[in-house]
Amino acid sequence: MTPAPAPRALQAPLVVEFPFTRSLGPVQSAFLTGLRERTVLGVRCHDGRVLVPPVEYDPVTAEELRELVEVAPTGTVTSWAWNPEPRQQQPLDRPFAWVLVRLDGADTAMLHAMDAPDAEGVHTGMRVRIRWAADRTGAITDIACFEPDEGGAARREPRAFDGRFADPVSGIVAPARLDYTYSPGQAQSRYLAALAERRTIGERCPACRKVYVPPRGACPTCGVATAEQVEVGPRGTVTTYCVVNIKAKNLDIEVPYVYAHIALDGADLALHGRIGGIPYDQVRMGLRVEAVWTEGGRYPDHYRPTGEPDADYDSYKELL
Amino acid sequence: MTRDVAIVAFGQSEHRRDSSEFSEVEMLMPVLHAVLGQVGLTTDQIDFTCSGSSDYLAGRAFSFTMALDGVGAWPPIAESHVEMDGAWALYEAWVKILTGEAETALVYAYGKSSPGELRDVLTRQLDPYYVAPLWPDSVSLAALQAQSLIDAGLTDERRLAAIAARYGARTGADDYVVRPLRRRDCPPIHDGAAAVVLAAGDTARRLCPRPAWIRGMDHRIEAHSLGVRDLSDSPSTRQAAERAGAFDAPVDTAELHAPFSSQEVVLRRALRLGDSVAVNPSGGALVANPVMAAGLIRLGEAAARIHRGQSQRALAHATSGPCLQQNLVAVLEAS
Repeated sequence: MTPAPAPRALQAPLVVEFPFTRSLGPVQSAFLTGLRERTVLGVRCHDGRVLVPPVEYDPVTAEELRELVEVAPTGTVTSWAWNPEPRQQQPLDRPFAWVLVRLDGADTAMLHAMDAPDAEGVHTGMRVRIRWAADRTGAITDIACFEPDEGGAARREPRAFDGRFADPVSGIVAPARLDYTYSPGQAQSRYLAALAERRTIGERCPACRKVYVPPRGACPTCGVATAEQVEVGPRGTVTTYCVVNIKAKNLDIEVPYVYAHIALDGADLALHGRIGGIPYDQVRMGLRVEAVWTEGGRYPDHYRPTGEPDADYDSYKELL
Repeated sequence: MTRDVAIVAFGQSEHRRDSSEFSEVEMLMPVLHAVLGQVGLTTDQIDFTCSGSSDYLAGRAFSFTMALDGVGAWPPIAESHVEMDGAWALYEAWVKILTGEAETALVYAYGKSSPGELRDVLTRQLDPYYVAPLWPDSVSLAALQAQSLIDAGLTDERRLAAIAARYGARTGADDYVVRPLRRRDCPPIHDGAAAVVLAAGDTARRLCPRPAWIRGMDHRIEAHSLGVRDLSDSPSTRQAAERAGAFDAPVDTAELHAPFSSQEVVLRRALRLGDSVAVNPSGGALVANPVMAAGLIRLGEAAARIHRGQSQRALAHATSGPCLQQNLVAVLEAS
């Protein structure tokens, strides 16, 4: 076959979403539980400095830190940035200032949002106070944001705190969602476009002449682009397989079923597919199979036996 | 140090806002072939391969294993990967050659930011307990740093505009992205790739008429909490530069990885760069910013000036993380 003109590269939405569950050490647990109780804790370093938000080790000496102190919910802005177009998951849905705030009694600053009508009212050195969230769970977002507190409370020294609360939080669940537009590139777009027409297209390495299915754009042995398209199959040989006994979530396939490596005729690499149309315990290495498309399907639903005699082991042993 | 190691070749792709018609390996492979072609090597003549990239950019798990197809990684080769800018891959390859386990190394980096929203994606590298839940984006954090510089009297918006103008930005009216940073103070977001070849001693002399010898290289990191740091300064850059020998003799060229105009102010101070030094003659990250490759490009561009006879002693810097969190400094010499 001559190289086909490249179809327009495919694109599809892709959402990557994880609810990260993270455990807390004693200092972070006390701090986040404190926020739930509207109490701000810091930790004292061996040199006397108070870190807010607190960490479990000294940022300079790496010594373990455990001496908790309570600081005020008021403080002073040490830097700021006006954010005219908040992004979706940021703390406020209207223009706001990012601020670094040194709370009264602390020697370091914490990052958060500040609610203010416009940038003109924000400046380094301004006095601010915490606005607590109505629903607090033991998370940094228990602070809804800061708000201006001009002429607010005077600076005070941190107070000792034993860090004990009823029902301390021991972990956080931090949801993270990122939205992408996935594009598989030239070779895979060609492959997927042909599959939708019920043809399986591999690509040949110009150096070693191997045919890769599915093609990934490069020969992993020679490190060069594969450009020559080669139609393979539609029949092939099961080179190896496994029996799946656990039903996957949202998958409408009865277990047990067989998942196999299938070397399509003309291909130098086996691809993966499900084997149907035969009891799971009768699938074997060397079984000859062919692709089965469902109505409107853009890729083979599964592979079924062709009824041909089994392939000789020597004919596929290099593809295992 | 027991052996001399040099950058003997450098190549990079065209950097584009959107490369959706190509996969990572399709974007990368021409660069690999070009850089190997410069020194007449094939992949089987490379002793060690090291790459830098981040799967989070394109949301594609294990994308670096697919990219490896482009170097011919089967049967298995000696290979490593860092989930960092390629400058740190270069550092690993340099150490590998210093140990004597390799004579040559191929280092590459690529980034495809176009499938996602980079400002959101980069929030996922932040402290997951106290910072990431607030989703502070990369421009906002850089703006906090810029304000710290302004408050310290180290720059102002007029001087930031002058820095951006040096890289071709128009002066005059320009919208704030996040105040005090305007559009011209912020880097473009590009897809792209870069690669270098390293070689030791006589191999380097054979491959390249003017090798760029790595005289020192070091990387250091700041405390991870932004509120603990003095954002107007970069002690980690200064320390890395000291340990790389940057202050032992003057440099004529400095390639600085400063994606934001304000970060150039921080780096010039930390590195004590005078007016006689050519800073970012390549154009810098404010012009071309393929994330994860932009730092490696600074090392490559500095080396290329030595290759071309335009520099005798150059400093190259790469950064990673928010507000210049982690910094790498290398010193390259023509002889």
